[in-house]
Amino acid sequence: MSSPEISRDDVAHLASLARIDLSESELDRLGAELPAILDYVQVVQQAAGDDVPAMSHPVPVTNVFRPDEVTPSLTPEAALAGAPASEEQRFLVPKILGEE
Amino acid sequence: MSDLTRSTAADIAAALADGSTTSVEVTQQHLDRIGAVDDRIHAYLHVDAEGALATAADVDRRREAGESLHGLAGVPIAVKDVLTTTGLPTTCGSKMLEGWIPPYDSTVVAKLKAAGLPILGKTNMDEFAMGSSTEHSAYGPTRNPWDTDRIPGGSGGGSAAAVAAFEAPLAVGTDTGGSIRQPGAVTGTVGVKPTYGGVSRYGLVAMASSLDQAGPVTRTVLDAALLHEVIGGHDPRDSTSLNVPVPPVVAAARRADVAGLRIGVVTELGGEGFQPGVRQRFEESIELLAKAGAEIVEVSCPSFAHGLAAYYLVMPSEVSSNLAKFDAMRYGLRVAPEGIDGPSAEQVMAASRDAGFGDEVKRRIILGTYALSSGYYDAYYGSAQKVRTLIARDFEAAFEKVDVLASPTSPTVAWPLGEKLDDPLAMYAQDIATIPANLAGVPGISLPIGLSDGLPVGMQFLAPAMADDRLYNAGAALERFIAERDGRPFAAQAPELEVAR
Repeated sequence: MSSPEISRDDVAHLASLARIDLSESELDRLGAELPAILDYVQVVQQAAGDDVPAMSHPVPVTNVFRPDEVTPSLTPEAALAGAPASEEQRFLVPKILGEE
Repeated sequence: MSDLTRSTAADIAAALADGSTTSVEVTQQHLDRIGAVDDRIHAYLHVDAEGALATAADVDRRREAGESLHGLAGVPIAVKDVLTTTGLPTTCGSKMLEGWIPPYDSTVVAKLKAAGLPILGKTNMDEFAMGSSTEHSAYGPTRNPWDTDRIPGGSGGGSAAAVAAFEAPLAVGTDTGGSIRQPGAVTGTVGVKPTYGGVSRYGLVAMASSLDQAGPVTRTVLDAALLHEVIGGHDPRDSTSLNVPVPPVVAAARRADVAGLRIGVVTELGGEGFQPGVRQRFEESIELLAKAGAEIVEVSCPSFAHGLAAYYLVMPSEVSSNLAKFDAMRYGLRVAPEGIDGPSAEQVMAASRDAGFGDEVKRRIILGTYALSSGYYDAYYGSAQKVRTLIARDFEAAFEKVDVLASPTSPTVAWPLGEKLDDPLAMYAQDIATIPANLAGVPGISLPIGLSDGLPVGMQFLAPAMADDRLYNAGAALERFIAERDGRPFAAQAPELEVAR
């Protein structure tokens, strides 16, 4: 198996998907580090045959239900206490839609 | 008045019960110790003297009034800064959450409060629990009390160092790939990762939800069992919490009998890459167990060889998803991007996440984003999940032959600060022996077994899911053999820190 191809542009694309505004020097560094890490972790591709089921979780989990009853919850003041900005008991956020 | 900072939690609890000390006295002694040494150790990010003393005074008053109290009521404790605490900052070692005061208590903290344990403060950690040295904390590293030029392990280096430096008799840590056990090994303390689902994750700021587990950090195996009983148990607020009784861990720690116990030494965890001093202490410990009547067999778990690679795909994938919640909208850091008038929410989010996250967190988010991205999902995340199945099968097969598995906890003793900071893969390799337990969800304990070049070496026992009591039985037995061999409890060998006056 060849080493994974991952370019600096790929890292920039991943950073935009992850919503992290990486600096030029961060892109340079990750562009060098990621291929080395991927080169190491890609051994998993040969480790298991097609017949091996995937395991997403250590405990087989099924839906967990609770009675549909009202229980005490946070007050609006408590829920908003850590907000960067709030107004009229709501989170105040920057514009969500572009101008165009 | 005797120095209770050197006592075990069990002995402090006994002294509180028989009236020879008060919780205010023992809590104040620990606060004084923190004041004297923590500028050199930096185990704590936040110390809550007022809150701890208030809890202590309340416990003393209730004891005086003849109320029936929890066995550990009044014994102070430190909490890793990844568990939410109302009224106390919870930063996860990140600038993203600087100054954040959560509006709710994690279930673990709620249980500590209900049992009456004064919370001394919040302990340092690698940012969002990502690291093996606590050097990735945005608030500066914690130092190893055995040699303050060395790392205390990670991510829970703060909790381990607090206990090792006698700044707390008990602490809570969290373990996603070894973050309780590896710091335990390199600081000469005891750390337990319970069975996945054994301790509630509600209010544990998630790193990798299918791997994270909170557990005890202490100086003795019995103390760990006592704390395990406080924090364990089903929680309806964590849908992955197991609805079964807490295993009888305290009784097992008191039994401490390995006669006839089948102990499997894992072939794959102890060879290449493990320091000779670490291997030597491990082999001596196995001999002590054999002499006490344990049956020692070698067990091969071939898929463990791929555990590290699988972990560094599964974990970052879950990280990239879990940390998406830090969006600068509802809580945490918000910064405006430079040079943009009226920026959009997305631009603010991207600027805030760049400013708020450190290098290791960014590295893992980007790696996870890649592993989950279209076209690579099956090759990376999918393949890693299959390896997880193989590792779980290896454990199953091994536990048909033996009661517990054993290995060194960490391949090396504590290394000098900075040594592996520029080499992510070298840092990741430190988790090689601890990771399989997280991938399969089985419990593990690390306890100190001696020194190599004056630095602590740890040994790990692993047991089947919900057989946590086996860890405590084997661990407490070995702890006793080590103390008998050395002529004193392991913690008594810790070097004295110069105390500032």
